[in-house]
Amino acid sequence: MKIATISKKLDALYEFDREPVNNKSLQGIGNFLGSYAGEHVAGTEFVIGMLFVAHGVSVTDMFLGGLIGNVLAVLSWALITAPIAVKVRLSLYWQLKKICGSVLVFMYNIVNALMFCFLAGAMVAVSATAVGIPFNVEMPTLSDLYPSSTGWVITVFVVGAVITTFAIMGFEKLARFSKVAAPWMFFIFVAAAIASFPRLGVETDLSNFWEVARTKIWNGTALPGQSQFTMWHVIFFTWFANAAMHLGMSDLTIFRYAKKWQYGYASAVGMFLGHYVAWISSGILYAAATSDAPGEVAYQAIGIAGALCVIVAGWTTANPTLYRAGLALQVASPGWSRWKVTLLAGLITTVAALFPALVMKLLDFVALYGLILIPMGGVIFADFYLMRKAGLKDYYAERMNLNFNWAAGLTWFILLAAALLMNRVAGVELYFLPLPAWILAVGLFVLLSKFYQKKQV
Amino acid sequence: MMKTLLQILSLAGILLTIVPSVLLFYGSINYQVQNTLMLIGAVVWFGSAGFWLGGKVKSS
Repeated sequence: MKIATISKKLDALYEFDREPVNNKSLQGIGNFLGSYAGEHVAGTEFVIGMLFVAHGVSVTDMFLGGLIGNVLAVLSWALITAPIAVKVRLSLYWQLKKICGSVLVFMYNIVNALMFCFLAGAMVAVSATAVGIPFNVEMPTLSDLYPSSTGWVITVFVVGAVITTFAIMGFEKLARFSKVAAPWMFFIFVAAAIASFPRLGVETDLSNFWEVARTKIWNGTALPGQSQFTMWHVIFFTWFANAAMHLGMSDLTIFRYAKKWQYGYASAVGMFLGHYVAWISSGILYAAATSDAPGEVAYQAIGIAGALCVIVAGWTTANPTLYRAGLALQVASPGWSRWKVTLLAGLITTVAALFPALVMKLLDFVALYGLILIPMGGVIFADFYLMRKAGLKDYYAERMNLNFNWAAGLTWFILLAAALLMNRVAGVELYFLPLPAWILAVGLFVLLSKFYQKKQV
Repeated sequence: MMKTLLQILSLAGILLTIVPSVLLFYGSINYQVQNTLMLIGAVVWFGSAGFWLGGKVKSS
């Protein structure tokens, strides 16, 4: 496909937000509080809290590490993402296009779309663990990486087909449904945890809660086959669970509507309800359960309402994700209609969902997702704050009419290659790589731009 | 008026979601009753909240 065609299709897709947001469209703090509370109480929360327990997180690691990680995540949104968003008031796509050019943004979109498909796949699998309960489907366990039974394959295909059909039918009604479901899901998380207390032996005056938490829930010993987590793992995972959104700058698209940069602190609602209370809750109900499958775990705690919550949580996370993947892939398709592209995204998602590894290794996938996209956030940060100070041109692709800013492209590729080496050769775990990748991206982009812009002149 | 009524129903739905687990914890009800009440809570919540919560959403 010609570059001009790609560029034209991308622009058409994001046409409605080409201009910076005007004053009339700015939104109050309530919208941001609601949006973050809704988005971060999702299907993933069922799995993450559970996997922390499986990885042998101790009670101090969970409560203190989670607190520190979430505070750092909120500060990243409030001090890094939101200030740029309210000054520029452009979506991530347009901001990136001005800096990187059409081709690089196209590549970023495709990578992002594939990541969305896998994330949606994990959620399809989570929903399937609940849908399969009445049919006695053999559920995958923590150590399963491949499809575990025919029943599992059929269930995943049915759930994937339903979710894809709804994604094809449209986004808006489902997004409204997600908004309605979010408060209920949060209370289900908390209720399921409380309902698990008697099975864990917690006294009604809560006098032995810490003792039970320390010995029966977060006992500090990883389950067989799982790596041992420390407080550092919890801090870094929690901080970078949404790396693509804060330091990766995806949420420029959201905060461009904020009246003030301080609205970035609204992310605290999502972090502390979803990534703190919900993770702690799912850890509690996993410790009381006799299964590794989220649907079964929730069903054991509170019956049908729990299984329903897992289905809804997986569904409401998978659907917008699949829709976004379809949007991003549409640019790469040879003139396909939206429904065909979403069908393709749904197929990729469903095939990915067949592999329980996607759920059982969700922590690694979430870290990888953030790591892959975070260097571009560093590029945006450097372009906004440092380029002019370094005597260089910002929005270089736009100024020079370039399709590919090599300084930005090389920054991304070099850092991904370096991260891969660090992980594969030096054995540095994925959770610890996004922070250095972001910091290095900031410096490397300025450095490479010095050579690149000089060469272009 | 209608909206207020729906909001009261939604509140009842949320209470039916959270209170049964507390009652189970204190031994006031059994597991089956808890599960039934929570399911009713879910039906009441989704049957009422959809009419007042979840305004139009941007597709971006």
